[in-house]
Amino acid sequence: MATTAAATGTGAGTGEGKPFWARIDPRWYSSTLLTTILVVGQWRHQILGDSYLPWIVALGTAVLAELISRRALGLSGANFLSAYISGNSVAILLKPQGDLLWPFAVCSLLSIFSKHVLQWRGRHLWNPTNLGVCAMLLLAPTQVSMLSHQWGNDLAFVALLWLVGSATTLRARVAHISLAWLAAFAAFAGLRAVVLPQGSLVGELMPVTGPMYTLFLFFMVTDPKTTVRTKGGQMAVAVLVAAFECLVRFGCELDLLSATNPLCVAPPMYALFLVGPAALWWSMRNDPRGGAATARA
Amino acid sequence: MAAVLVLASAWAALQDARHASLAPTAERAAAARLDCDAAKRRHGFCLRERSGAVGLDFVHDKATYDPMVKGIEPHIAGVGASVAVCDANGDGLDDLYFTSSAIGSSNALYIQQADGSFRDEARERGLASLSDARGPCMGSWWADADGDGDQDVLVMRHGAPSLHRNDAGRFVDLGAEAGLPARVNGNGACWFDADGDGLLDLYLAGYFRAEHDLQRLDTTRIMQDSFEFANNGGRNHLLRNLGGMRFEDVTAQAGVDSTRWTLAVAAADMDGDGRQDLYLANDYGPEELFLNRGGLRFERKKGIGLDESSKSGMCVAVGDFLNDGTPGVYVTNISKQGYLFQGNNLRANRLASGGRMQNIAEGIVCDCGWAWGAQFADLDNDFDLDLVVLNGFISASKDRDYWFGMAKIGVATGGIAEDATFWPPIDDRSLSGYEISRLLLNQGRARFVDVAPETGLVDDLDGRGVAVFDHGGDGDLDLAIANNGQRALFYENEVDSGRTWIQFALRGAAPNTSAIGARVVVKAAGRQQVQTVMAGNGFAAQNSLVLHFGLGAATPEEVEIRWPSGRVQRLERPTSGRRHLVVEDA
Repeated sequence: MATTAAATGTGAGTGEGKPFWARIDPRWYSSTLLTTILVVGQWRHQILGDSYLPWIVALGTAVLAELISRRALGLSGANFLSAYISGNSVAILLKPQGDLLWPFAVCSLLSIFSKHVLQWRGRHLWNPTNLGVCAMLLLAPTQVSMLSHQWGNDLAFVALLWLVGSATTLRARVAHISLAWLAAFAAFAGLRAVVLPQGSLVGELMPVTGPMYTLFLFFMVTDPKTTVRTKGGQMAVAVLVAAFECLVRFGCELDLLSATNPLCVAPPMYALFLVGPAALWWSMRNDPRGGAATARA
Repeated sequence: MAAVLVLASAWAALQDARHASLAPTAERAAAARLDCDAAKRRHGFCLRERSGAVGLDFVHDKATYDPMVKGIEPHIAGVGASVAVCDANGDGLDDLYFTSSAIGSSNALYIQQADGSFRDEARERGLASLSDARGPCMGSWWADADGDGDQDVLVMRHGAPSLHRNDAGRFVDLGAEAGLPARVNGNGACWFDADGDGLLDLYLAGYFRAEHDLQRLDTTRIMQDSFEFANNGGRNHLLRNLGGMRFEDVTAQAGVDSTRWTLAVAAADMDGDGRQDLYLANDYGPEELFLNRGGLRFERKKGIGLDESSKSGMCVAVGDFLNDGTPGVYVTNISKQGYLFQGNNLRANRLASGGRMQNIAEGIVCDCGWAWGAQFADLDNDFDLDLVVLNGFISASKDRDYWFGMAKIGVATGGIAEDATFWPPIDDRSLSGYEISRLLLNQGRARFVDVAPETGLVDDLDGRGVAVFDHGGDGDLDLAIANNGQRALFYENEVDSGRTWIQFALRGAAPNTSAIGARVVVKAAGRQQVQTVMAGNGFAAQNSLVLHFGLGAATPEEVEIRWPSGRVQRLERPTSGRRHLVVEDA
């Protein structure tokens, strides 16, 4: 995950004349929310396991990687907020075997380094955490799994996530991306329910009630740093991501792909991983103004 | 976009091929041909599967359930295969009792003959056709419940439990007169003396809620309401033995009520106060420890590291794997590449010093696939308890897998999972199928290494209950394994002759002649190990009541027996390499 920051260039502006809360960098909302999810989730449902160590390792590594990257590339300043968000996201999304801690460190490293290395025309194409998590599932499949279970069947907790997630995306002016993806996901769920031999609408919609999708919906697919410039384009990309995920789901449902194929393990993650950068690259290549959304670095 | 699709397809195909090559298969394991001499040289022992040779031809038949839950019947019927080591005819030789679950199928009571072979005498002894209108059999637990010196048996069902009194080797179904609950829908139970009166009491673990007749359902809302913290399972029951094979329900009075989805329970003195405590493995929930405070009062212990960790507890194996004089616990859970690494829990017992049940599992101890029954057993006779772990849930199609569907229902929030209707149909899909059992050799201080294929444990059947006993009295522990919907296995152990051992067959004072709860501490070469006589250990299993200690090259210096009555008996320098029959002084 990265950040649901002001995305379109028409967003935060200078902030003069606006109330205090409107002048805050929207990424603070994201980071505060992620921290809250983590602390409350750990308190109520032990989402990190027995201790906060995964969080400390993921976060510490992300910050360290940010410092090293910037120094190595001769960049001024430091983007600790971005590293903080990535570290938090890694801690939440990654579920390694036993009490292994190194996957958190490696995933944070990959996430942050990718942001600085995998660039085209000065922009990174992949959402850093998305790339980190997808890479870990590929590189260490026997030792790493994704957040693919409930947080205690706690409807109140999920409702809170949706509420605050909605508020954050609204504030960051990227709610249209979430809505586009959600509408597309629901439509494709309906399609699968009709087409699949034993499909049901409830069955196909179930994943979106879980924490992985909630986090994906509000904090990953909306990443302004890795999406295209125009509002319509952003919505189109969100629909394409959902469409690709639907294809993957058909493949998994119909046993064209094995269940342990990473695509089936984390369909939305890989949909974004494959479609998002391609769309951004295409947009930047064909748009004289750059094609990428602007956001505060 | 087209390019992305083409690339993604190629990459997906590559991933499929890669992961297929990673998957363990029985064929590959078997390909590592068993060289018993080499195994004994390297690991000190070797296992040979000899069920056919000794006359064990049992095949478990799965239960069927109401058509309303047909879509997930393979999941619900994924249990029922159990094995208990018992002495049904009182001849001092260990017999084996296997349960079958299809209504009308037969359980098997294999009576051990003098030559070591087994003969199924379930029918003539009245223990064959027990999967009947009361429900499919799920397991059996044996102990002398009436104090007459022979072993009686409790049979658990997805339905009503039943108690069978041993009358000179023939078993009488006591029906309603025993006072058991009308329906429990459970998989686990154990005999133990809850109140210290010498009579063995019963703890029954409910799984599905008792209001459901699983063969004739009136609703599909029978499943867990959460995959992590479900509390809508069947009620557990503590039944106090009133004598004369009559029981009364004292669950609420004793404070041991739980409506978690308990799959297994074991009774042992966890805090060293001389009383039998209860340790529960709960599916879809955290483990629970009820400490026995005396006077038929139990305390659900909090703040000891159990509540923080909610997984899918399948079995409770109890053993002193650290040789520190305290019973530790191994609770199996689920691990599946990509989807879920719950990890098994190997808990060191620090309760006596005011500490926790500290989970020290890592690596191969954590990840044994979809793990079920497990037992601590010193298979190489080196004085360290090793671990046998069975695994594999549903082995059906090798091409179709349910994990993708499982992941869909597994994240569903809002009570959706409680309704079986919403579960994707399983059809002929496998779910963590064809997994190879693990044999984790304890190399001291709980450093475990998996030696299963090298030592002969190579099957990939859907293992449920595993029980250990010394077949033939040759001084090593053998394995009896019940596989769900599949044939049973018997692994005969051959231990390197340079390693000695000692065994204790305890006969307690009446009424607890089975000596359930007796603790034996063996001290040798500056080390000590404690073992407890237990009627219920692991999952759907019961080990021999004879306690076996491997000694390596050491000589036993002192043996302390603490009987359930509180009496303590010491044996100075008992002879190794033999079984000691010890009778409690009345």
